[in-house]
Amino acid sequence: MDLFEYQAKQLFAAHGVPVGLGEVADTPEQARAVAERIGGVTVVKAQVKAGGRGKAGGVKVAKTPAEAYEHAKAILGMDIKGHTVHRVLVDPGAQIEEEYYFSFLLDRSNRTFLAMASAEGGMEIEELAVQRPDALARVPIDATVGVDLAKATEILTQANFPAEVIASTADTVVKLWETFVQQDATLVEINPLARVASGDVLALDGKVSLDENANFRQAGNEDLEDKDAADPLEAKAKEKHLNYVKLDGEVGIIGNGAGLVMSTLDVVAYAGEAHGGVKPANFLDIGGGASAEVMANGLDIILGDPSVKSVFVNVFGGITSCDAVANGIVTALGMLGAAATKPLVVRLDGNNVEEGRRILNEAAHPLVTQADTMDDGADKAAQLAHSAN
Amino acid sequence: MAIFLSEDSKILVQGITGAEGTRHTRRMIAAGTNVVAGVTPGKAGQTVDGDAGVSIPVFDSVEQAVRTTAADVSVVFVPARFAKAAVVEAIDAEVSLAVVLTEGIPVHDTAAFWAYACARGNRTRIIGPNCPGIISPGQSNAGIIPADITKRGRIGLVSKSGTLTYQMMYELRDFGFSTCIGIGGDPIVGTTHIDALAAFESDPETEAIVMIGEIGGDAEERAAEYIKANITKPVVGYIAGFTAPEGKTMGHAGAIVSGSSGTAAAKQEALQAAGVKVGRTPSEAASLMRQILLSH
Repeated sequence: MDLFEYQAKQLFAAHGVPVGLGEVADTPEQARAVAERIGGVTVVKAQVKAGGRGKAGGVKVAKTPAEAYEHAKAILGMDIKGHTVHRVLVDPGAQIEEEYYFSFLLDRSNRTFLAMASAEGGMEIEELAVQRPDALARVPIDATVGVDLAKATEILTQANFPAEVIASTADTVVKLWETFVQQDATLVEINPLARVASGDVLALDGKVSLDENANFRQAGNEDLEDKDAADPLEAKAKEKHLNYVKLDGEVGIIGNGAGLVMSTLDVVAYAGEAHGGVKPANFLDIGGGASAEVMANGLDIILGDPSVKSVFVNVFGGITSCDAVANGIVTALGMLGAAATKPLVVRLDGNNVEEGRRILNEAAHPLVTQADTMDDGADKAAQLAHSAN
Repeated sequence: MAIFLSEDSKILVQGITGAEGTRHTRRMIAAGTNVVAGVTPGKAGQTVDGDAGVSIPVFDSVEQAVRTTAADVSVVFVPARFAKAAVVEAIDAEVSLAVVLTEGIPVHDTAAFWAYACARGNRTRIIGPNCPGIISPGQSNAGIIPADITKRGRIGLVSKSGTLTYQMMYELRDFGFSTCIGIGGDPIVGTTHIDALAAFESDPETEAIVMIGEIGGDAEERAAEYIKANITKPVVGYIAGFTAPEGKTMGHAGAIVSGSSGTAAAKQEALQAAGVKVGRTPSEAASLMRQILLSH
């Protein structure tokens, strides 16, 4: 889960990382009030989870509260890389003397954590890594050892931070590491980390990604979710504990196991090339159980998507037996009754497949067609979606 | 032969008295696996019974179980919040293989037990987490992969995904498999595609290798480089997730395209550049493998 800048900096502040942080505003009036409280120069910043806000015109300096009002008015509702701005952060203005970069992140390739630091901050890190690779220090962190003042100093020295800021910044780095560990983050990034006129080194922008697997021990994570942005079908699926991602096609997909479902999306997209370019409408992994209730909940979500024209149920019975899945489908269709209106192509294979197919044949539901293979099922479902268009 | 797991493996199950642990222990025993012990703290002295009068003793700790039964493989069914401690215990007891099935382990915990295993000299191979386990058909089954899909044979299979593993075993069931490993879909896993490829290369029973990958990370790209430099046996690949949108996690915690990295297309290109034949669908990959084996 990625956080907004203001959430990231609030977390930093809670862990003692020095930040330049004002308040958020949903309206131009609120932005003006915040600017009045802060006093002096402020910066009005679009809160979207996308890079390049500055270039898009989403970050503006305001000399007066009236200017903060005008900037907020222009920025709120703006579209930045497909994200609508619902909120701005009004920060105190800072006179920046020097900009640096610092982050801790999960390094998947090396199966460890990594510190990245540069005395040349301000630009996007991807750009810096390409244009000035020598200016970016990459230091692996041993998860069993962590980061103390000595390690922090070592990283900053390696990254060529000026000697006069290393001592105070090392303390900030240790606190940033504590944020990373204590919040179960996979990324904490400060860019820029800036030395301002007072001599202080502050986080002026922040990026944080949190590990949702740790939600059981991170009680605060739920409050950090961006409920406004969630697709309504995705939100409904989440309530029912379904693993669902909305896509923009016409063939609804239900399968078991993340890999098989991803593969099913691909196979449907290939099949769609021969049927008017229809595409998968969603990712939905019903997991191992595939009970009637899970199947009914899944079908209910998918049939609630108006762009869905047909549904492909693709199950390989490993632990799950196909007769249980077939019974689940029949029961689910019974539970949904008249709400089930789209044709279903069902491909079952694996554990107890004969009995599963027999159950579906016997039920002879008018909406259900069976397919012998995954490729055949994808083709049938794509064809049905195309002919319904 | 087979890799990592054979008929000589003596298996213990951590979390054996939980519903899943008990259920799958019975399935492992029914598949002919030599399950010798279970571990659930506080439940020493109990037993878990399988078919044909098999009775598995339960111990309080992995150390006690290993000392008493000489178990050398641990299968971990422990819930996510206790999984790190369970894996550390298996490492301390120096089992040669720990198969971590648990889904939803925080990545900081996985990073911690992985770093711990490395610090202890990697005497314990870790498979997973968030994986279906490993099976050497006809010999031993450590995890939840169904044992009745296929038989012992000459293909080695390594995959990030459970159900795609089953699908591929089913497609090629007439040839059979030496060993099938589900390495798991988390951002950090203990055994990589490369580890499995290296082991299959030196396993005389394995004639050809199927490698299944998916979006996220760069494990497949690294595996492609490794294949080019080190693997002489034929490899067929399959990659899932071409239609996955950027920035969305597709079921597995590690299955996410971030910016331009981790795409299925990049992985497919890397594999093809390394001389690997890549199927567009699982059945196409299976038929590529079939052609290779029939011409061998």
